[in-house]
Amino acid sequence: MDVKTWTYLIVGATFLLYIVIAVWARAGSTKEFYVAGGGVHPIANGMATAADWMSAASFISMAGIISFAGYDGAVYLMGWTGGYVLLALLLAPYLRKFGKFTVPDFIGDRYYSNVARTVAVICAIVVSFTYVAGQMRGVGLVFSRFLEVEINTGVYIGTVVVFFYAIMGGMKGITYTQVAQYCVLIFAYMVPAIFISLQMTDNIIPQLGFLAEVNDGSGMALLDKLDLLHQELGFAEYTDGSKSTIDVFAITLALMAGTAGLPHVIVRFFTVPRVKDARISAGWALLFIAILYTTAPAIAAFARTNLITTISERPYEELPPWFAKWEETALVAWMDKNGDGKLQYAPGPPFVGAVEQQRAGGGAQVQGNSGEALLLNVPTDNSNEVYIDRDIMVLANPEIAGLPAWIIALVAAGGLAAALSTAAGLLLVISTAVSRDLMRKQIKPNMSEKEELWWARGGAAAAVLVAAYFGVNPPGFVAATVALAFGLAAASFFPAIVLGIFDKRMNREGAVAGMVVGILLMFGYMAVYRLGWFVDTVPPESEWWFGISPEGFGSVAMVVNLVVALIVSRFTGTPPEDVQEMVERIRIPSGAGEASVH
Amino acid sequence: MAPSGEHRHYWRTNLRYLAILLTIWFAVSFGCGILFVDQLNHYRIGGAKLGFWFAQQGSIYVFVVLIFVYVYLMNRLDARYGVGE
Repeated sequence: MDVKTWTYLIVGATFLLYIVIAVWARAGSTKEFYVAGGGVHPIANGMATAADWMSAASFISMAGIISFAGYDGAVYLMGWTGGYVLLALLLAPYLRKFGKFTVPDFIGDRYYSNVARTVAVICAIVVSFTYVAGQMRGVGLVFSRFLEVEINTGVYIGTVVVFFYAIMGGMKGITYTQVAQYCVLIFAYMVPAIFISLQMTDNIIPQLGFLAEVNDGSGMALLDKLDLLHQELGFAEYTDGSKSTIDVFAITLALMAGTAGLPHVIVRFFTVPRVKDARISAGWALLFIAILYTTAPAIAAFARTNLITTISERPYEELPPWFAKWEETALVAWMDKNGDGKLQYAPGPPFVGAVEQQRAGGGAQVQGNSGEALLLNVPTDNSNEVYIDRDIMVLANPEIAGLPAWIIALVAAGGLAAALSTAAGLLLVISTAVSRDLMRKQIKPNMSEKEELWWARGGAAAAVLVAAYFGVNPPGFVAATVALAFGLAAASFFPAIVLGIFDKRMNREGAVAGMVVGILLMFGYMAVYRLGWFVDTVPPESEWWFGISPEGFGSVAMVVNLVVALIVSRFTGTPPEDVQEMVERIRIPSGAGEASVH
Repeated sequence: MAPSGEHRHYWRTNLRYLAILLTIWFAVSFGCGILFVDQLNHYRIGGAKLGFWFAQQGSIYVFVVLIFVYVYLMNRLDARYGVGE
């Protein structure tokens, strides 16, 4: 069977599985819709959290990013896992004890203020939408690359599937589909990694293959060989970074605090029965995430070595077939600048702008002397001739390594599982924000549970449609907005929740002032230094405050939030007696069962 | 409700555990993986430089262990103060 048949088969089977689970686990009450009835087993919740957390970006892009960034890729590896330590130690158990359904619930009750609640709702919605748009786009991309349909058709198919199970099943349906999706995605990620590790280092465990010698007879360690290859071609050493230490520090911290503050991750810890379960389930979640996150740097190093040895100085005619195949999708491109018919791979962009292929009248590629797709782009004056999209490192890795067709199909199913599970989790946060935090708490407090459930379903439906719209018409500033999502979560939720638990004296005035200042600072910095708003041109790196990039600025905004909140709270009144009692209560585990009864 | 002496003790111990665990958390990631990465890169673990390994592998393993140690410590503490469920 060919790759396409395999892909239809495997993707079809997994979709069917998700829908069957969704029908079986559909939600009957608001509690089931919001928090799956609060009865999810900690290991199941760990898997669901892992699938919820690992998005299309983790699955498809991360290994590629590390592959091109080398050491600097560590900001994502540490940032997106270290946050779980903060989550487990500082947030999850206490929020579970608090026992309500959403993050704005906690902020609103702890700070006895609908202003605080509204700020939290707006943040939750902005953060979630930013994120979900990328997921729907990811679904479309996987479809278009593996099944050769239009990207937009892929977005529509993904929308229908998510629509079906998120709206019917609520949190309960999502939780059990996410468990299945975790299994699919981790299997799909590990199988090619193990094959490649065996091929290159004879080691079955990729994490160990990463540290082993390559089996090409040179007796060199993989990473040493990679450093040497980089040196020969003029790249910076793979194991050495190019970002400044302070920026690496700031980005890692912002990603960690942002991870711990993301509402769709936090809400998962409301679904387990006891405080104890919330703690251990964070441990399981991180363990399941760590399996992928420690494999990613290994894949990155394998793929990078494979890529360089395969293409560098090789005549175009002798390249393996995957190159021409991915050339069609414009994810790789070659411009024979010096006319020697061989690929020269070196630092710097090979040409100006995004790949633009020459097309004949019928839309067919125009081929150059060696058979390559000719480009319209203007060449740059460096010696690099090759363009490689970073996503290819995971998507094309099985082909580059010459693995069988079913494994290639598996990668497609894994990418879709990662994108769909994250999208569903985010959509639920948006729908809950609408039905509970806005409708029940602020606009229509005495509606029936049935009515609230309809609002929740309606909210989810509307959110799916908006997400699909953004998937089809992605906003141009997607890359900046994902960093913004983390920055915002770090600058708003994280300090507000931590202070709410650990500082009994923290009051409404302090928390609101802190959040507002943190958010505005984050928005402002991102707007000026990444998007170039309010100024003539985007300022250069040399003008960054303290040398910190907009991606890392969330950590500065977080510290400012903390300081402002502490100062303001000390000059304003103490929180009411019952709020102080609530803080005492959430610090002690016993009685979480009662707390969740309304 | 003023916290009882028992509860205050429980909370103090909890905070002490947090301080210790978060110090380790900071040391392996921001310490070994970022601030002292160049110094540690003079040493090796298998075929990798030690600092690089901490940044891309080691810190993640330690994170996982930290959470499970925390769970163990807190379950023991809950039992000792009778505040478990």
